[in-house]
Amino acid sequence: MTGFIGIAAIAAFSYFFLHAESQPAVLGLIAAAVVGVPLLGRFGWIERASRSLEANKLGGRIAIAIALAAIVWLFREENFAMLMLASVLFYTVACLGLTVQFGYAGVVNFAGAAFLGVGGYTSAMLAPHLPHVLVLVVGGLLAALVGSILILPILRTRGHYAALITVAFGILFRQFVEVNDALGGPQGLQVKGLDLFGWDLNSPIGELSFYTNYVLVGLALAALAFMLVRRLERSWVGLNLDAVRLDETACAVFGIDVARWKILAFTFGNFFAGVAGAAYAMMTGFVAPNSFTFADSLIMVSIVLLGGVGNAWGVALAAAIMLVLPEKLQALQEYRFLLYAVLVIAILMVRPQGLIPRRARDYFA
Amino acid sequence: MGDLGGQRVWQGPAQAEALTRVVDVGLLGQYVANGLMLGVIYAMVAVGFTLFFGVLDVIQFSHGDVLTVGAFTGLATFIAVQAAGIASPWLQLLFVILAASAAMALLGALIAKYLVLPLRSAPPLNILLLTLMLGAALRECVRLFYPQGANPKPFPRLLPQDSLALGSFTLRVDNLMLLAGGVAAIVAVHLVITRTRLGLAIRAVAQDAETARIMGIHFDRVVLLTFALGSALAALAGVMNGLYYNEINFSIGLLLGVIGFSAAVVGGLGNIYGAILGGFLFAALQTIGAVLLPGIFPGLPSAYKDVFAFAVVIGFMAWRPTGLIAERTAERV
Repeated sequence: MTGFIGIAAIAAFSYFFLHAESQPAVLGLIAAAVVGVPLLGRFGWIERASRSLEANKLGGRIAIAIALAAIVWLFREENFAMLMLASVLFYTVACLGLTVQFGYAGVVNFAGAAFLGVGGYTSAMLAPHLPHVLVLVVGGLLAALVGSILILPILRTRGHYAALITVAFGILFRQFVEVNDALGGPQGLQVKGLDLFGWDLNSPIGELSFYTNYVLVGLALAALAFMLVRRLERSWVGLNLDAVRLDETACAVFGIDVARWKILAFTFGNFFAGVAGAAYAMMTGFVAPNSFTFADSLIMVSIVLLGGVGNAWGVALAAAIMLVLPEKLQALQEYRFLLYAVLVIAILMVRPQGLIPRRARDYFA
Repeated sequence: MGDLGGQRVWQGPAQAEALTRVVDVGLLGQYVANGLMLGVIYAMVAVGFTLFFGVLDVIQFSHGDVLTVGAFTGLATFIAVQAAGIASPWLQLLFVILAASAAMALLGALIAKYLVLPLRSAPPLNILLLTLMLGAALRECVRLFYPQGANPKPFPRLLPQDSLALGSFTLRVDNLMLLAGGVAAIVAVHLVITRTRLGLAIRAVAQDAETARIMGIHFDRVVLLTFALGSALAALAGVMNGLYYNEINFSIGLLLGVIGFSAAVVGGLGNIYGAILGGFLFAALQTIGAVLLPGIFPGLPSAYKDVFAFAVVIGFMAWRPTGLIAERTAERV
């Protein structure tokens, strides 16, 4: 029961937050969350809610689906809220990919935005020629393929040396698309809107915002990604990935093929980022080098870390915070990157395990 | 990142094409001089990265942005000194360098004390992300709080603007002085590390922090001093960068930081010679990318030089995963 109250409370909060227009209202809601959530945690309510949801998995899922449907329905005519929601969903998909990479297998990736970009540019080039479902898949596959260039250096290096490879790749990608005239140079390219089996998502249905269509697609993608990642985490594959992250040497000793699992996680994650990038580009209608900078990769890493490394729910929550908060704080619009930076630094100092730390595997569950 | 420091190296495919048509010794000389200049700046940044890694085993990724703040401190000092009525460019330069290095030494020590040392036991990824974010914060602070910080700022020409003509190659005196200054700074840091008691302490901490403590070395103090030293060097590099291009902007540190980091890693983290080597290597790669590539593959613009340089770095890491001069590590299982 507490679980359902919790879901309802989160849904209500999201509604009021997205709805809030005036700055005092936004600030008040933020203050309420900042003070209220730790208080609830202090009295054990959050723990109780999450336990009640675990006891009743099906009920919890239905409740979450109803809550999401309610929010989408309430904002169905508002462009801005729907755009925000869709962005959060696509970023969630991409960051779930990063979660598999360094949450599970421990492969750091500071080029998340580059893989989003591979997906985005794929959809820009292929959308006029191929069915769009295929474009999404090809976007993911190409991202995975491009990522495979990095596999050898990543397998050979460790720690900071491995971090350099993705950092360098992220910058290389950005420079490459900027100077490549076939890819539009600094201006970027136009992207056609998503068209699923003859359903043109850019033409609104009735009074609805056309972004609502993308929210629905985003929900489907995010649900799919979520399911896959959760299944992966609970499976023997996830167990192997965890082992690789925790102790490579011990893994090798016990006959676990470290290279194989790292490749799997890296490719899997890049595929997600590519699919998300392709869909996101179709929604925004253009791709440009400036959308795929190192700073954007950092935002993705921050989302994973802020949510709690390896926790799929945390990713969704953190994506919502990182993307919606700066948009809502109009007064602070100019200071948004500073705000991000300070927020992440504060989280790392005060709560390094993230907002919702990943739980230990439960053998008896 | 198109408008960043490293981007403005003798741009223009026209020049590169001219080179392929006639081997112009003068132009080649310009490229070499430019490459050396960049190399010295990169090496100075890389030495900082490698020093920090040596004592704490962390990457201080805001190092590049410390450089930016240093350059802007220098610019502000110049304006203040000029307002105070000091007209001699040498005195102005002295004040600019002193103020920038002192301020950045302090900033570096503060970063070490309040942000890096408290997180010493956290996973390396956390510190990397923390300092990356700190870099973003510093960059944003310059952009938002320096008067009109979002626009590029002209940096004063404080060095003599004469040039020497050597055949078809004109050597600018200020470039020569900058090069000499950079080399002198690196040599000075090297002497501090190898010849002084402080340097001995730094090397001891880098080798084995625990034992160094037992031998009576004040660990925290050595770390703070190391960060101060490296950051002062970055400030100097920032001022040099400003003097060289006569312009600075709030985002020069991002690319310079990444390049410095790459140089330090390619050289082998924790090794000063490696960092210097890496810095010059990266500059050489950029120059090759800008000059030779368009010659070999006609139609490939020299703008691909950074793509080329970073691609080589990635490939290099696959070949030598711990850099040119490998860290000596033994892992206890």
